Amino acid sequence: MKYLLIFTVFSFCSVVHVSDALAAGITRAVMLSNSCAACHGTDGKSPGAIPAIHGKSSQFISQSLREFREGKRPATVMGRHASGYTDEEIQLIADYFSGQR
Amino acid sequence: MKNYSRRKFVKLLGGTGALLSASSLLTGCGKAASARIVIVGGGFGGSTCAKYLRRFDSSLDITLIEPSSRFITCPFSNMVISGMQTMDSISHDYAAQADRGVNVVHARVQEVDATAKKVTLDNGKALEYDRLVLSPGIDFKWDEVEGMQASDAEIIPHAWQGGSQTILLRKQLMAMSDGGVVIVAPPKNPFRCPPGPYERISLIAHYLKQHKPKSKILVLDAKDKFSKQTLFRQGWEKLYPGMIEWVAGSKGGSIEEIDVATGTLYTEFGDTHKGDVVNFIPPQKAGAIAQHAGLANNDGWCFVDQRTFESKVHKDVYVIGDASIAGAMPKSGFAANSQGKVCAAAIVSSLRGVAMPEPSYVNTCYSLVSPDYGISVAAVYRHSEDKGIYKTGGGVSPIDADATYRSQEARYARGWYDSVTMDTFG
Repeated sequence: MKYLLIFTVFSFCSVVHVSDALAAGITRAVMLSNSCAACHGTDGKSPGAIPAIHGKSSQFISQSLREFREGKRPATVMGRHASGYTDEEIQLIADYFSGQR
Repeated sequence: MKNYSRRKFVKLLGGTGALLSASSLLTGCGKAASARIVIVGGGFGGSTCAKYLRRFDSSLDITLIEPSSRFITCPFSNMVISGMQTMDSISHDYAAQADRGVNVVHARVQEVDATAKKVTLDNGKALEYDRLVLSPGIDFKWDEVEGMQASDAEIIPHAWQGGSQTILLRKQLMAMSDGGVVIVAPPKNPFRCPPGPYERISLIAHYLKQHKPKSKILVLDAKDKFSKQTLFRQGWEKLYPGMIEWVAGSKGGSIEEIDVATGTLYTEFGDTHKGDVVNFIPPQKAGAIAQHAGLANNDGWCFVDQRTFESKVHKDVYVIGDASIAGAMPKSGFAANSQGKVCAAAIVSSLRGVAMPEPSYVNTCYSLVSPDYGISVAAVYRHSEDKGIYKTGGGVSPIDADATYRSQEARYARGWYDSVTMDTFG
């Protein structure tokens, strides 16, 4: 019985951990996308001259970032920023901002 | 997990061996609900950290301690000094923090007790914490400056913290007559905002060119090279030919002593320079509370785990922003904003006993060479155990860019300010 209880505690705890992590929303995509907010505004909702990126399609954002990185799309600073991210990271960022309304 | 369920579980378990392992487990997973986070310093690091902690976990008890009711940013203070913007345009209040349930306390921290996990304020109150974040910015190494002390900044302003110093330097420039000499003396590394002194030189030149065109700027630098040097010097030659003279540290720029009363600077080489306006920017260290709490090293900066920003000295104490040693990241408001978010994620993850995903950090420093001429340096960073925070991408504005590009970057510099202040204080 004691072992069963310990097992229950363990399972309960791990369930709490998983749901806590999800509730907190701290994913790799969030860690990456939060970086963009300093220029593009919190959640991509820019208040000024820098383009807002929230709610743009994932396809548009990922393609733009890849083209910036490859120098195929005219840019000032974005070519330099995009050079720091992998394809997979670009996809995570694109999916994150396309989900912001 | 609520307390009653913890008690219920413990009661159910009975046996002592099981009790021990179960209670430690439950403490780990039950703590997040009421965890008390105290943040010291309401600048770019502390304010961003408070905001993102709240976004990650609405149940946290967050207190932000900041002496001022309005924070005056160092970014864009050069635009105030040169008369392009008002003080009001670089001042931000804490209404949004209060609206999201962050307890904002306008006081100064006098004591950090990392053993009792408690901070004492100058209003006599004490606050207990589960996690403490220090984002105290910078302080000055006045003991390294011969002939000048902290109070002399009322005569020779550094203007390296936004506020009355910004206004003082502005007033001195306005009072100077045409044909005067402005001396700007940037500090040795590391210091807050590496391109900042050179943006300031540029925008003072912009002001002088319009209003006092016979004046000169003498730059006595402690260093032999500086941030975006090629781009700045290209801009100076183009926009302000003959107005700015820059002297490298090893070529006689390094200052040995200052005579405050006469505004005279004595260099290492024995030369004497007298300025009508002198902007001496002293060597720097982490903010006073970080020194007082014993978190700083011999050079005055704080060692942290660069993945979480937890201090290498005290557990459950985090140091972000200028005060921290953050690998390849510069000391900038942008970097502090980026670190505030990573630190918030690290704290919530640690309270919940879950692993934080791989962090990502970023920095961009825009500088205006004139109102319509912007340049930038950008970098993306990641972390590894052996390298700490290291750069994976980025770069500076191209040297051969045309006027449209420079003008676009000047526009984006303003757009950046609007966004970063919204992301931090909004």
